[in-house]
Amino acid sequence: MAVKLPVNLARVLYVDLTRKRSWVEDRRDLIEEYLGGVGLAVALAREEGVERADPLGPENSVVFAVGPFNGAYPMGSKTVAVFRSPLTGNLGESYAGGRSSLAIKFAGYQAIVIRGASESPVYVAVHEDEVKFRDASALWGMSSSETVGRVIREREPNPGFRTIMRIGLAGERLVRFACVVTETYRHFGRLGLGAIFGAKRLKALVVSGRRSLEVPDRRGYREVYDELYELSTKSNLMRKYHDLGTPMNVLPLNEIGALPTKNLKSGRFERADGISGEHMAENYLIRRAACSGCPVACIHLAGIREPYPHEKYFYKTTVVSYDYEPTYSLGSMLGVGDAKWLLRLIHEVERVGLDAMSTGVALAWATEALERGLVREEDTIVKLRWGDAEAYRRAISLLVEQPNDFYSALAQGVERASQIYGGSEFAMAFGGNEMPGYHTGPAAHIGFLIGGRHSHLDNAGYSYDQKRAELPDPEQVVDDLMAEEAWRMVLNSLVVCLFARGIYRPEVVSKALAPLGIRRSVEDLRELSWRIYRERMRLKVDAGFDPSRLRVPDRIFETPSPHGLISPDYVQRALEHYRQRLKDICSP
Amino acid sequence: MVRRVAVVDSDLCVGCGSCMLACNRRFAEVGYGKTAIHIRSAGGIERGFVVIVCRACKNPPCAKVCPEDALLPRDGGGVRLLPNKCIGCGYCVEACPFGAILWDEEVDKPVICTYCGYCVEYCPYGVIEMREVS
Repeated sequence: MAVKLPVNLARVLYVDLTRKRSWVEDRRDLIEEYLGGVGLAVALAREEGVERADPLGPENSVVFAVGPFNGAYPMGSKTVAVFRSPLTGNLGESYAGGRSSLAIKFAGYQAIVIRGASESPVYVAVHEDEVKFRDASALWGMSSSETVGRVIREREPNPGFRTIMRIGLAGERLVRFACVVTETYRHFGRLGLGAIFGAKRLKALVVSGRRSLEVPDRRGYREVYDELYELSTKSNLMRKYHDLGTPMNVLPLNEIGALPTKNLKSGRFERADGISGEHMAENYLIRRAACSGCPVACIHLAGIREPYPHEKYFYKTTVVSYDYEPTYSLGSMLGVGDAKWLLRLIHEVERVGLDAMSTGVALAWATEALERGLVREEDTIVKLRWGDAEAYRRAISLLVEQPNDFYSALAQGVERASQIYGGSEFAMAFGGNEMPGYHTGPAAHIGFLIGGRHSHLDNAGYSYDQKRAELPDPEQVVDDLMAEEAWRMVLNSLVVCLFARGIYRPEVVSKALAPLGIRRSVEDLRELSWRIYRERMRLKVDAGFDPSRLRVPDRIFETPSPHGLISPDYVQRALEHYRQRLKDICSP
Repeated sequence: MVRRVAVVDSDLCVGCGSCMLACNRRFAEVGYGKTAIHIRSAGGIERGFVVIVCRACKNPPCAKVCPEDALLPRDGGGVRLLPNKCIGCGYCVEACPFGAILWDEEVDKPVICTYCGYCVEYCPYGVIEMREVS
């Protein structure tokens, strides 16, 4: 008989890939201090010393963490991974949904720490208290991450209650922006977790569990659950993310001139209609899906029917998940305005397990570098031209194969490639991470620069731009974005989907924690948010992040945004202020 | 007439698992360990979802194989679990052709649907409904 565990788990599973050993530690100390999620993961990563690790060395541990709201409340559906990023060299922090967070939670863990590296390929299967190291030599080198998922699905128990996180060829070949795919369509996408799995020879991590966890205040819990369920299903969230999904942004952003197009030479794409959320839903949408524990179901799956070349009336249907970000990065950013071709590119990226955003931005830079003669066609092997999706599909394979110096450089990210070949003024990375799809104004770019993971979801500068006709002083923008980022540290410790940020206001979080036996006032949560922010940024700085060396690509000053031309002085003033504030916050 | 949970259209299912969490929440606990309804993908999310519920059989195979008569057939269809009689042999799990009996590892007994309809209230997409057993 299984032991009954409390909902507020304190168990951390350690998995040592070098020695093929695993054990559980009670980390009540850290859970009580940080709740869970990113707060816990940063603390554990600090203990592991990831800030001193070679990102691709065995000493770089990976920490997966969930939090008190996973499984307990609607939209508590994310898992955070913290590691040292092989792309930026500093803080690696990435989130995914799928089945991951509920599988980990109901397996009985608040966090899983992956240490060391295996000599030969393995996958690790965690089924509640059982941890198995399984040989993955035969899975190594398989051309599609989907097939790897399929094989493991057949071989492991507990369908519906498990997560299958795996890498594709890109992770094996150590592409610095390789992702970890989970449940075929969700990703720990950003900052190169896939390359770390590859370096550890860890093909996949399977976790399953179906425990039932005890709640201290049973009546209070059901009441709060009902309120939150009502809020999440009756609010306009459902409409917004369920109907068209995130690609609903394509047309509005294009209209205001904020849709990065052809390496951000423009903020408008003349073929945006062809890849809009409306067009995709009307012509290709076949199914919606949800992460475990989230009634919203924002995952949109498209079907593309492809004829077999050698047989008449014989077709196969490929199912591809599409979202706003890959639509921007593999669509408008590359001048690809044909929906079918966009889906083929997304599918290719999915198969090999690359981050869609970084891939699109890298290929956009390569296209422009070729256009300007910084690189030659013998470097790019295929002639990269805006809108030529067939060429881009080949280039995606080449990024993984790395047959020459050029692709080896590009596989390290656009920051590195532009250091070697030039063209940094149009290398669209911020803090070493390729840009997300928003040219909404200065706040978006300031947000990318100052964000802990250089992501649009760090502090939502893109939303800040869009909500204001006029922006305040840059110092104010930085203060506001930092405050937003700090609050998100609490959301990311719970770990709720950030689409639910409108529901999980501080007073709601405080109230919802209570039945789970966690007493935190709104003031406590505010204080905690800054404490986690500080610990996280300290880890980032100790891992080598130097805010004085943040590069701002000139391109953002050349292409008009909805706020007009962005002034370099404005951005520099913002960065000046940020450096000072970061120094104050991080100093002991 | 008695009622049961019926699947309206499994293609409406998005796999959020809100029904499973609801079923478990009958006991005011967080998890999947005590759920009687089961959602899983039909071999990968691209193929959609399988929604497994107790169909409240008139002549229930689970009751037939129970060596202790712990599964009491209900008038009009379905069964009721008498936990004190159950010895945890698991024959019922194997006998159900739909795989609609899950196992409660904690008490080492089957989870048997009580046809309460609590899960239906939490399905956002009308995948399941309460229906009279025909």
